[in-house]
Amino acid sequence: MSGLEDLYREIILDHYRNPRNRGELACPPARRAEGFNPLCGDEIVVYLDVDAQGRVSDVKIAGQGCSISQSSASMMSAAVKGRTLDEVRALNRAFKALMTIHESRLEHDEGDGSGTDTPVPDPAVDLGDLAALQGVVRFPVRIKCATLAWNTLTTGLEELAPSA
Amino acid sequence: MAAMSPVADLPSRLDVLDVAAIRAEFPIFERCRRRPLVYLDSAASSQKPRAVIQAMAGYYESCHANVHRGVYALAEEATSRYEQARAAVGRFIHAPSTREVVFTKNATEALNLVAFAWGRANLGRGDVVVLTEMEHHANLVPWLMVAEQVGVELRYLGITDEGHLDLSRLEATLEGAKVVALTAMSNVLGTLNPVRRVADAAHDAGAVVVVDASQYVPHLPTDVTALGADFLAFTGHKMLGPTGIGVLWGREAVLEAMPPFLGGGEMIRDVRLDGYTPNELPWKFEAGTPPIAEAVGLAAAIEVLDGIGMDAVRAHEMALTGYALGALDARFGSDLVVHGPRTPGDRGGVLSFGFKDVHPHDVAQVLDESGICVRAGHHCAKPLLRRLGVSATTRASWYLYNDESDVEALAQALDACSDLFCL
Repeated sequence: MSGLEDLYREIILDHYRNPRNRGELACPPARRAEGFNPLCGDEIVVYLDVDAQGRVSDVKIAGQGCSISQSSASMMSAAVKGRTLDEVRALNRAFKALMTIHESRLEHDEGDGSGTDTPVPDPAVDLGDLAALQGVVRFPVRIKCATLAWNTLTTGLEELAPSA
Repeated sequence: MAAMSPVADLPSRLDVLDVAAIRAEFPIFERCRRRPLVYLDSAASSQKPRAVIQAMAGYYESCHANVHRGVYALAEEATSRYEQARAAVGRFIHAPSTREVVFTKNATEALNLVAFAWGRANLGRGDVVVLTEMEHHANLVPWLMVAEQVGVELRYLGITDEGHLDLSRLEATLEGAKVVALTAMSNVLGTLNPVRRVADAAHDAGAVVVVDASQYVPHLPTDVTALGADFLAFTGHKMLGPTGIGVLWGREAVLEAMPPFLGGGEMIRDVRLDGYTPNELPWKFEAGTPPIAEAVGLAAAIEVLDGIGMDAVRAHEMALTGYALGALDARFGSDLVVHGPRTPGDRGGVLSFGFKDVHPHDVAQVLDESGICVRAGHHCAKPLLRRLGVSATTRASWYLYNDESDVEALAQALDACSDLFCL
């Protein structure tokens, strides 16, 4: 079960079983963005409160779906809360880098799961718990599950002032 | 209804097929990546026996040319193989005439052909089209598109909580209907629908009956006349044949009266700068170079199925369905919720289920680790899943090469799933 343990790390299952920042925020003032994965029906709703200083003062997650989409959303909510919008965008980029499939890596997918050639995100950005999701890259159909919350967040952010 | 019992004489038995011998004819079961392959996704696509693979390779190696075009011997041979395949399909579904068998790309194209060619010629604003709540998107979206273009009224036969068609308001729903389009067997619930009963009522109402038999023809003996269909669509790749070929059977008089669907070579008798005359049946509906090798492969698949016997295939699958329902229920009780009828005689070998509160994506992922292939998702039947109140299900489906050991592997892997996700 080495492959599975790589995917379903304990921290991921913890976020799935005990999702952080679950709920809704009143809109307005909060922003609301919805994301769907048409393939599997996963659904994420992100509520975002951004204060006058451009800082995410609160975030809530609603929706339903598989362990990867829901835990990713939970981790994302914990990671972005209290961050400036620029920091959130940097996190988003770093997470997307983590989720990038390298073809050479897929070709070597038969191995033992040691994953030495994992794409390396910007070292300046600390992904925290989110780094546990790197095992998803080995399961290409699940990448969309992991990135759903982030794509939904991006939609929400686009409605705010664009990044300088 | 009893007259339409799918298997007349053969009892539902698990020893009716020699599954080990059948599996030996399918090269893919030699594949072993860490674990032997447990293939439980035949409702999505079946595996292919050696006979089909060799027939297609043999065709390309020995007699390929374009059909209905060349005067040389090679082209004659290719044409003959293609038309023999049509005749084999006709016999397999008891078509009154080979002229009624139209080759398409898949069942989806066959259903689109009906909706667009027949629909646009015969439907006008306010006309009624009756569908069911359990249709695959392939028998739903083309009609939604026609509704959008022509302005027809869509009505739906709902389903009961046990997953049967709700026929309590059948006559009222059919009143004024011009088309009734329904699946013979649900790809999610496994429900075998009372097609003949609906067809008789539809004909009384003056409607044409379109049957999506994609899940039916591969698994049960099929007689298009006994079903009461005017059109019947199915696909090759779910019945041991190749991808890229489907079939539309239509009643000759209805096909004759219809305009063509796609235009191009082969489907015409004459073309002028100011018009065209369509070809005769069935070529009128086969524009362009058809899937020739695929037709040859489909004929080989039919030969395999005929050799085993569709009665035996049905008896085996019904027994395996009964075994699975019993075994999973005994092992997991209310932790595993099966959608659709509980009686094996009422359903085909398709088992959609929810397992505890583990998401189907996660179930399928854990099963894959044990080499088990199942489908997870909405199975191209979103309105039905909404009706069931779920966003996705896990679906295991079987065929003539599956047996109790596959069900046992499924149950064991579900235990592993439980260990991982449930505290």
